[in-house]
Amino acid sequence: MKLELRGITKKFESFAANRDVSLTVEPGQIHCLLGENGAGKSTLMNVLYGLYRPTSGEILVNGQPVEFTGPSDALDQGIGMVHQHFMLVPVFTVAENVALGSESRKGASLDLETTRRKIREISDQYGFAVDPDAVVEDLPVGVQQRVEIIKALVRDAELLILDEPTAVLTPKETDELLAIMRQLKADGTSIVFISHKLREVREVSDVITVIRRGEVVGSVSPEASTSELAAMMVGREVSLSVDKEPAHVVQETLVVRDLTVVGDNGVTLLDDLSLSVAQGEILAIAGVQGNGQVEFVEALLGLRKSSGSIQLEGRELVGRSVRQVLDAGVGFVPEDRSHDGLVGAFSVAENLVLDLYKDSRFRSGPSLKRRAIASNADHRIQEFDIRTGSPQSAASTLSGGNQQKIVIARELSRPLKLFVASQPTRGVDVGSIEFIHQRIVAERDNGVPVIIVSTELDEVYALADRIAVFFHGRLMGIVGPDTPREVLGQMMAGATEAEAHGTDTDATSVPSTPWEEQA
Amino acid sequence: MSTATRTPAPQPPISDLPDAHQEPVDPKALPASARRAPLGFGVLALVSLIVFAFNAASQTVTFRISHDGDLFRVPDIVLPGMITGWLITAALVGLTVFAFLRVRSGRLTPTWAVVVFGFLFVAGFLVWVVGSARTPSVSLTGLLAGGVALSVPLVFGSLGGLMCERSGVVNIAIEGQLLFGAFSAAVAGSLSGNAWVGLLAAMIGAALVSLVLAVFSITYRVNQVIVGVVLNVLVSGLTGFLFATLLESDSGRFNSPPRLPSYSIPFLSDLPLVGRILFDQSIVGYFMWLAIPIVWFAVYRTRWGLRTRAIGEHPKAADTLGINVNRMRFLNVLLGGLIAGIGGSFYTLVSVTSFTRDMTSGAGYIALAALIFGRWNPIGAFLAALLFGFTSNLQSVLSFLGTEMPSQFLAMLPYIITILAVAGLVGASRGPAASGQPYVKE
Amino acid sequence: MTTPTTNTPTVNAAEDLETSGPKWIGSALQPVLAIIAALFLGGVLIAATDDRVIRSASYFFSRPTDLLSAAWNAASSAYQAMFYGAVFNPNADTFTRQIYPLTETLTVATPLILAGLGVAIAFRAGLFNIGAQGQILIGAAMAAYVGFTWSLPLPIHLLLVILAGAIGGGIWGGIVGLLKARTGAHEVILTIMLNYIAANLVAYLLTRPAFLREGSTNPVSPPVAESAQFPLLLGAPFRLHWGFVLAVAATVFMWWMLNRSTIGFEIRAVGSNPRAAKTAGINVTKGFVVVMVMAGALAGLAGVAQISGTEGSLSAGVAASFGFDAITVALLGRSTPLGTFLAGLLYGGFRAGAVTMQTMTGTNVDIVLVVQSLIVLFIALPPLFSAARRKKSGSKPAKKNISTEKPAQKATAVKEAQA
Repeated sequence: MKLELRGITKKFESFAANRDVSLTVEPGQIHCLLGENGAGKSTLMNVLYGLYRPTSGEILVNGQPVEFTGPSDALDQGIGMVHQHFMLVPVFTVAENVALGSESRKGASLDLETTRRKIREISDQYGFAVDPDAVVEDLPVGVQQRVEIIKALVRDAELLILDEPTAVLTPKETDELLAIMRQLKADGTSIVFISHKLREVREVSDVITVIRRGEVVGSVSPEASTSELAAMMVGREVSLSVDKEPAHVVQETLVVRDLTVVGDNGVTLLDDLSLSVAQGEILAIAGVQGNGQVEFVEALLGLRKSSGSIQLEGRELVGRSVRQVLDAGVGFVPEDRSHDGLVGAFSVAENLVLDLYKDSRFRSGPSLKRRAIASNADHRIQEFDIRTGSPQSAASTLSGGNQQKIVIARELSRPLKLFVASQPTRGVDVGSIEFIHQRIVAERDNGVPVIIVSTELDEVYALADRIAVFFHGRLMGIVGPDTPREVLGQMMAGATEAEAHGTDTDATSVPSTPWEEQA
Repeated sequence: MSTATRTPAPQPPISDLPDAHQEPVDPKALPASARRAPLGFGVLALVSLIVFAFNAASQTVTFRISHDGDLFRVPDIVLPGMITGWLITAALVGLTVFAFLRVRSGRLTPTWAVVVFGFLFVAGFLVWVVGSARTPSVSLTGLLAGGVALSVPLVFGSLGGLMCERSGVVNIAIEGQLLFGAFSAAVAGSLSGNAWVGLLAAMIGAALVSLVLAVFSITYRVNQVIVGVVLNVLVSGLTGFLFATLLESDSGRFNSPPRLPSYSIPFLSDLPLVGRILFDQSIVGYFMWLAIPIVWFAVYRTRWGLRTRAIGEHPKAADTLGINVNRMRFLNVLLGGLIAGIGGSFYTLVSVTSFTRDMTSGAGYIALAALIFGRWNPIGAFLAALLFGFTSNLQSVLSFLGTEMPSQFLAMLPYIITILAVAGLVGASRGPAASGQPYVKE
Repeated sequence: MTTPTTNTPTVNAAEDLETSGPKWIGSALQPVLAIIAALFLGGVLIAATDDRVIRSASYFFSRPTDLLSAAWNAASSAYQAMFYGAVFNPNADTFTRQIYPLTETLTVATPLILAGLGVAIAFRAGLFNIGAQGQILIGAAMAAYVGFTWSLPLPIHLLLVILAGAIGGGIWGGIVGLLKARTGAHEVILTIMLNYIAANLVAYLLTRPAFLREGSTNPVSPPVAESAQFPLLLGAPFRLHWGFVLAVAATVFMWWMLNRSTIGFEIRAVGSNPRAAKTAGINVTKGFVVVMVMAGALAGLAGVAQISGTEGSLSAGVAASFGFDAITVALLGRSTPLGTFLAGLLYGGFRAGAVTMQTMTGTNVDIVLVVQSLIVLFIALPPLFSAARRKKSGSKPAKKNISTEKPAQKATAVKEAQA
């Protein structure tokens, strides 16, 4: 199928998520849409899939203009989509999920046998090994993704949109997916591949279209260099590196021993994990999303039940409530700020004391000190350059970067003994990223042990004094900040540090715990 | 309920899950609600020990089955009160131990155990309560037939609610639907002099309540619980006002509908026990026996059912496959109203032939309870409604027998059972995931 | 829904409204419009069932004005009677009698306000407390028991009765909070079921010798002692008692607690975003229990207002339908303390006036239920809301609801927070 987008603009109120986007996908082509989080890739694809209507512009399929009022129109035209968050009904079987929306019937009754047969056919053809009668919620993420692909193929999709398909996959699963994409391409299916991961994009794409702030920056061939692509994505030469002095490590004050977390369904999410962090250093936790990082910080904060031991300056934190952990001097920036970090309906001022309202600065007896809360707000808004109409504005009205600044300002507004930040700059504009990074380094230089969790390797390299790699809830090793990306990648895919170095002969050995040598 | 567990994916009751995995897992792996199930068993077994065993009557208890006119006579069931109480208690304790051991080894309590436990407990209760009466003899047939009759409106209410909830719309307004159905049936039946017109009016009347629920909760995304609660007040006020203003002042014209016909099927109705329960009842009763399998088939075996379950579980997934979520919800809520309306007609076209203020007296809430206790499954809801209908029939029967059991405690039973069910003490109940959430496209 | 473009992620009509003018205009206009619309529809219903209106409808085409004037007469005389019965009766011969209706309104409003506050505070924590009815009943039963069995001097006895009522309601509400916190059971189902359990429990108690009035065959408890009753506020003949002052105090206290105290901060945080509250160290499940105990206690006080104020003894109907009315009161009052207080006064006026209306014009009191529920429905109705918006600010209508969408999101978030 040949697909053309001409001058697509999509506005939400006054904000244009896409501006005059044009691109052409040739038959049997893997066309990559490359862009940062929030660049407007997903919006564009939702327009293409009929979920959004474009404000202006047109879509042409095989040269004919088409208008989509809903996903069924896109499906009818042979466009299938694998969403970033899978669109599968968890309690349904694979067959029921695949059948949904295009069911075959025998009389009044549903005919799932036909669907099962089709699933087996496709599954055999591409080596998917998917059981049509398995219940989806019991399947691993990688298999669920294949169910999504089967859903599209059963509907004879000639063009497949894959929206950030590798975000939830391990490097091995990613490679398998890339192989499947090549096979689909060989069978004549066009693919729109949305990603912000340069390696994959360069590996599999025929054409790369770079999008920034809702606009097409340009189209390049996959031969373009990584730095060239990255520069196009962010609109300037990438210098994520933060100016920072070498760490002045003082004393190891956070000691985690044999930390284990078991999920509600009995799956071990965190397996016997041990690590320690010293005052004055940043430990970055790297890994593919969903390998235990979230569980680690949640266990640390007391949001999740865990076994083992977490000692902060000699005090045991396992088994303590969140309140007690916070009172022990832990500052925490959650990954999902709008759900976990802020109360959207509360004012900026109230959010700035969300976990400090019981502090004697802001409370006398059962009463809140409203003046103190207001002056605290004025102070923080100025210090952290939070752009808000008024301290009384609802936090939900602020931009993502400014919301994040509220969270960070709040967490840094008291003396800390440990600072933990998950994805501190996700969805934050470039200017704010720099500011936030500087604040984190400043906290380190104050002698606070800092833990950063990030799935963005660039951020890990920019901030880390040491890097801990998580895989399937286990610690694969702790390495230095100058460890090559290839080694880190291997470890993120489940290799131990030694194995990773063994397979990658070019890599030079790095001391795993630099500060220990100093000690 | 066992039938339901054989279907492809109708929310398998938790108890079937481990068999799919075959191997026992870490006990911690079980959902918390599953771990609590033996606790519920234990409490009930303890009740049985204290009440049914230690407090058992020494007299023998007679359950009469056959009646004059039956084709052939089945001997009465005569049980010694004391021994039966102890035997049943022993069986309940055994089942509790079994469930406890299962959970200890990381497996769930099987559905059959829950059903057998429930049956034994009810039997034990009956033997005890009848044994404590002055005349320890009761007609089992009458007890069951009366219970089935009382459960008819509950079943229709539950099935109507099921249509809504399976599509993701919480329906607190079942009470209002039943009441308005009953009212509409009375008025339309009286004005037309035709009971069938009354039945049709009941369905339309209840569907009107549904329409308001749908417009507010689906189109305008007003909170579904709020709309449901307010609709019940509105219907109560509206029918109360019209009853006082029109129906009472001219009851001949507005409030004397004809009765819907009853049929007793020759030969079959003369069978002992089942004859009177199944083959001798009003047309609405027969409709009920039709409606249950039809709804079950529709929900689990048809395209409509698959889509309905999908929009109740993960509406966005359905949307991306071209299913118009809100339109389908809207239509299903209306359909639910039509079904609930049949239940409403029972009050004014079958049970009695006049409308009185608030005559459904909370039946809609019991229907809601049956739906939840029946795990949002048509057959489960039917069995739960049957149990609740049975207990309410038992109340009146027991007051004739003269037992010490206060009728208020029997009346509480459906509500207590439902609380135990939602608290996970008698097996897990897990509703449609998207129930209660309006669907908003981004 | 085919045009998803109207829904942008962050638009919230209520917030828009609040930023586009003085806060109180926006939040007051919608309820006023809803009340007017509901009264209008109620009037139509009164007129449509009026004898003279029906008669003049038969010759509508020959003299249409007859119908209209008959309809107007029917509706306006009913509402006028209601006003006379609720606020001020100019036809009465003494001033005392003229303002007697207003004091009746305050009397009837007392339990409505108290129970309404109970529903409202739960709403603020993101919980649907449908269980005020049961909480009132249990509170009333406890209060009555202390009231008619003990004999103590006035202030102590009355205080103990008040305490007993609050404890009774608090226990009944606390069960809900506890079960929700421990098992994740949904509070809507729990409260509905507990209403019926409470009703049966009270019915059972009234069959027991301990609760039954001597020599009476009716299920009514003995009257509570004089020392257990609220003194009259204005003296005879007015029925208005000190319970109303209790309601005012409860309103003020709730305002302070929600807006000025740390507990209120926690409750509001739990209600708006339980996950963020949990991350900020607030114990969400404990919060549920605390809030439901407070909600139940407030409803229990409504039971006290009945026992020690107007009824004087326990009967199965002591709670009337106050528990369900309380839900509409809290919704109309938008779950704010002041709003709930005013809504309680309004509905108290409806109830007080309805009695006079029925005697004067023969209009059935149930019309009040219709108007009450219509008001709540209209408040939530977006078209009316956007009309209000347009009138005020001239901005374009937004197809978006007000208070209603948030609780649903809350419910999901609550689930998640408990996981």
